[in-house]
Amino acid sequence: MATAPDLQSLKVDYKRNPMLPWPFQIRRVKHETEDTFTIELQPSGDLEEFTFQPGQFNMVYVYGVGEIPISISGDPANPRTLVHTTRAVGSVTKAMDKMRRGDILGIRGPYGTPWPIDHANGQDVVFVAGGIGLAPLRPVLYEVVAQRERYGKVVLLYGTRTPSDVLFRQELENWRARFDLEIYVTVDRAMSGWRGNVGVVTNLISRAPFDPRNTMAFVCGPEVMMRFTTMELHKRGVDNEHIFVSMERNMKCAIGLCGHCQFGSVFVCKDGPVFRYSQIKDMLVKWEI
Amino acid sequence: MKNFIFERAELDNLVETLKRRGFKVIGPTVRDSAIIYDELTDANDLPIGWTDEQTNGTYRLKRRDDAAVFAWTVGPQSWKKFLFPPIQKIFATHRSTKGLDFPNSKKQAPQESPPIKYAFFGVRSCELNAIAIQDKVFLGGPFIDPLYQRKRTGVFIVAINCNQAGGTCFCASMNTGPKATTGFDLALTEILSDKHHYFVVEAGTELGEDILKNVKCTKATEENLATIKNITEQTVTQMSRSLDTANLKNILYQSSEHPRWERTASLCLTCTNCTMVCPTCFCATVEDVTDLAGKQADRIRKWDSCFTLDFSYIHGGSVRTSTKARYRQWMTHKLASWVDQFGTFGCVGCGRCITWCPVGIDITEEARAIRENQP
Ligand SMILES: Cc1cc2nc3c(=O)[nH]c(=O)nc-3n(C[C@H](O)[C@H](O)[C@H](O)COP(=O)(O)OP(=O)(O)OC[C@H]3O[C@@H](n4cnc5c(N)ncnc54)[C@H](O)[C@@H]3O)c2cc1C
Ligand code: SF4
Ligand code: FES
Repeated sequence: MATAPDLQSLKVDYKRNPMLPWPFQIRRVKHETEDTFTIELQPSGDLEEFTFQPGQFNMVYVYGVGEIPISISGDPANPRTLVHTTRAVGSVTKAMDKMRRGDILGIRGPYGTPWPIDHANGQDVVFVAGGIGLAPLRPVLYEVVAQRERYGKVVLLYGTRTPSDVLFRQELENWRARFDLEIYVTVDRAMSGWRGNVGVVTNLISRAPFDPRNTMAFVCGPEVMMRFTTMELHKRGVDNEHIFVSMERNMKCAIGLCGHCQFGSVFVCKDGPVFRYSQIKDMLVKWEI
Repeated sequence: MKNFIFERAELDNLVETLKRRGFKVIGPTVRDSAIIYDELTDANDLPIGWTDEQTNGTYRLKRRDDAAVFAWTVGPQSWKKFLFPPIQKIFATHRSTKGLDFPNSKKQAPQESPPIKYAFFGVRSCELNAIAIQDKVFLGGPFIDPLYQRKRTGVFIVAINCNQAGGTCFCASMNTGPKATTGFDLALTEILSDKHHYFVVEAGTELGEDILKNVKCTKATEENLATIKNITEQTVTQMSRSLDTANLKNILYQSSEHPRWERTASLCLTCTNCTMVCPTCFCATVEDVTDLAGKQADRIRKWDSCFTLDFSYIHGGSVRTSTKARYRQWMTHKLASWVDQFGTFGCVGCGRCITWCPVGIDITEEARAIRENQP
């Protein structure tokens, strides 16, 4: 028989009601590409700061429209500004896209497991990003760049659809200019003038400069891309224990109560979204789990 | 153990006492050809003289030739609808000339009326277990559901030990019945012979014992307790279905490509009935609705089901498009992943999903077919 938690010991605390969003005000909107935009937010209620760990996400609520999970894409060293980078694909994201400086959004979070970057001390670090998957990786890239001396080689492999879909262009340029970061960008379809790589991001893995026996890999992108990326990394000799992926599932609550984000035995919202690959490998290779 | 007996007539008094103590007494009653749970005016609202016949895809009420009060088993509803209502407002946001007003902003302190104090009257052992399972889901952390907590705290529970098994019951297999062992304030057993109609009552809490002070009771004898034991044993032998739980979790995890799923999927209508009647299913979705003027936006939580296509939708398509994947998700969750998530099965053997499935799919049969045909 299941035993119930001690009911009397649970006090109702409305300040911490995990279902209520906090009001945040938009301070800046930046259009990254045709369909992707970055917003900077500041708390407009009781909160003063918003601290988070790289890899975590928020539930973003648009008045009367809906609430969706969006990763935090800003710098963890700057807790006064909350940053989200979003691709407009459907009702909520398109409503967000219409919002301007001064508008209010509801925010709940931060939720989920972070990228375990502390475990990468003294090792090479490889980031593999597909499309909007670069957004959840940007905070950890900031952190690694800020403490560059802690790590061996630092490599970013980033694939996107076309050259005009490349996110965070200025930042990528700045990072590319540094001698201690290896940045490789590839596109599915090139246009004239593109001098970078063409093809899927997984093609870059076999040639990327890192020592597979001493590497931590962080992967975020569409599920198929992650399946192939993990296979390629494994082929190069990176241990499954050293690969971390960020999973995506439908989410209605982000606090383990709605059931939507189940992926086999785990809840992506509270047990993830960042998982050690070895933990979910068996499920990732099955269809429709 | 604190066991007493009281006469059938005193049952009315027990309901009365709970009402006098400020409880809203919810219990079984006959409505629209089924036994459902609703507020009781008095003990006359109980399904006196009724019983039910249940099997795969069938539920029928029948008159008995005696005045037994609890000689039936669970119907389409469960207590879940009171603790975790099918439709529930989570919060409202207001828009005025000054902007948006969130429930969490300084201006608007949450104003809440005191929660309703429920007394659940006639909770069967499988249902007690279902409540305990939902307690784990909603209150076990790391996040606690404040809406559930508010309703759950202070619920007074009068359990009823089953004296007959329903046509689709298999609680004995799930170790969740037919006799209530914990989680109640009072537990009743109804005993009806030619001449004598009475109840044996066990007090599970001090409050339960206190309530009994208003009911004319005498101490239960060894003989009374032996009678209960007999009744429970008989009920177990009546159970026609069983589900072997040994190593079940691993068997199901290893059987994600078992051919049985395809066969079941060819029958399943993805109607969601099984999930709607299940007393442990906790999945919910949310809806955001605004009033016509756009001045107020409500966020509403509604029961949801893993049998719908929308349930697993992410941009680009649903994760579980096939009926096979959805049935597999449901059953594997109930009998395997639930164990990893909450340390218990998500099934209490109440048989509702078997009775209310329009095509009569039987979870015990499905589990057996998969177990017996391992590659
Ligand atoms: C942990 C996590 C982090 C994410 N981070 C980002 C990010 O940083 N940037 C970004 O652009 N996108 C991110 N997404 C995806 C984003 O949540 C979806 O694009 C968004 O929910 C689509 O909502 P919509 O109403 O615009 O689309 P619609 O197609 O209208 O969606 C309808 C509903 O389906 C659900 N849904 C649809 N797509 C998804 C999806 N991909 N994931 C989860 N639920 C979905 C939502 O509940 C949504 O309300 C993330 C998803 C997850 C799970
Ligand atoms: S198993 Fe039966 S009740 Fe459940 S969704 Fe399928 S047809 Fe409906
Ligand atoms: S999003 Fe609701 S349980 Fe994970």
